Amino acid sequence: MIPADTLLDIALVISFVSVALAQVLAMIRLVIGPDTGDRILALDTMVVNAIGLIILLGIAQGTRIYFEASMIIAMLGFVSTVAYARFVLRGDIIE
Amino acid sequence: MMFETLATYVIALCLLVGAIFSLVGSIGLLKFKDSMTRLHAPTKVGTVGVGSLLAASMLYSYVFGGGWSIHELLIMAFLFVTAPISANFIAKVVIHKKTCDTPPPPAKDETWSTLDVPEEDRDVSVANEIEAS
Repeated sequence: MIPADTLLDIALVISFVSVALAQVLAMIRLVIGPDTGDRILALDTMVVNAIGLIILLGIAQGTRIYFEASMIIAMLGFVSTVAYARFVLRGDIIE
Repeated sequence: MMFETLATYVIALCLLVGAIFSLVGSIGLLKFKDSMTRLHAPTKVGTVGVGSLLAASMLYSYVFGGGWSIHELLIMAFLFVTAPISANFIAKVVIHKKTCDTPPPPAKDETWSTLDVPEEDRDVSVANEIEAS
């Protein structure tokens, strides 16, 4: 049986590596994406993965000061996705 | 002591589930062939992945930081509300760019899911309208 603190450290390392790898894979789709919709989707996925990375950093350092940052990133990610999609759909963001 | 040990195991399990779901979502985003099928993979990242990471963070701040923190619930609610809206916008972009296959023509009518009724069913639909009104 692994002791609890060691298990938490191992789980944190595995989570950091997995989410960072997910970020890299989404970035590959952003680069090779054959169409505009795929690139917007890859950017949205990267924003969500960035929120996950910030939460993991907050757990690893034991602080709570990163939650405002992740909240702002969540809001900006949604607004930017809608802005990209509207720009493609209507040719303008604010009509 | 016993409670903290048990909570640490639960936190580690939530962290692993969230991280693996994030990785699976991004692998699906990279591996699928079609734009519309690619659209469904990152919803796993948005809901289970980040939701489980936020649950782990909430439990961690309750056990080791002293007291609940509500910020995680706020982020979770915001992500769960906005994910379908942005997915709908991306699907509209894909349809607009015509990179997905249009569905095959229907068997009887001319178009899907409209009020376009074929000739032989006209009296049935009129009877239904009279019955409904």
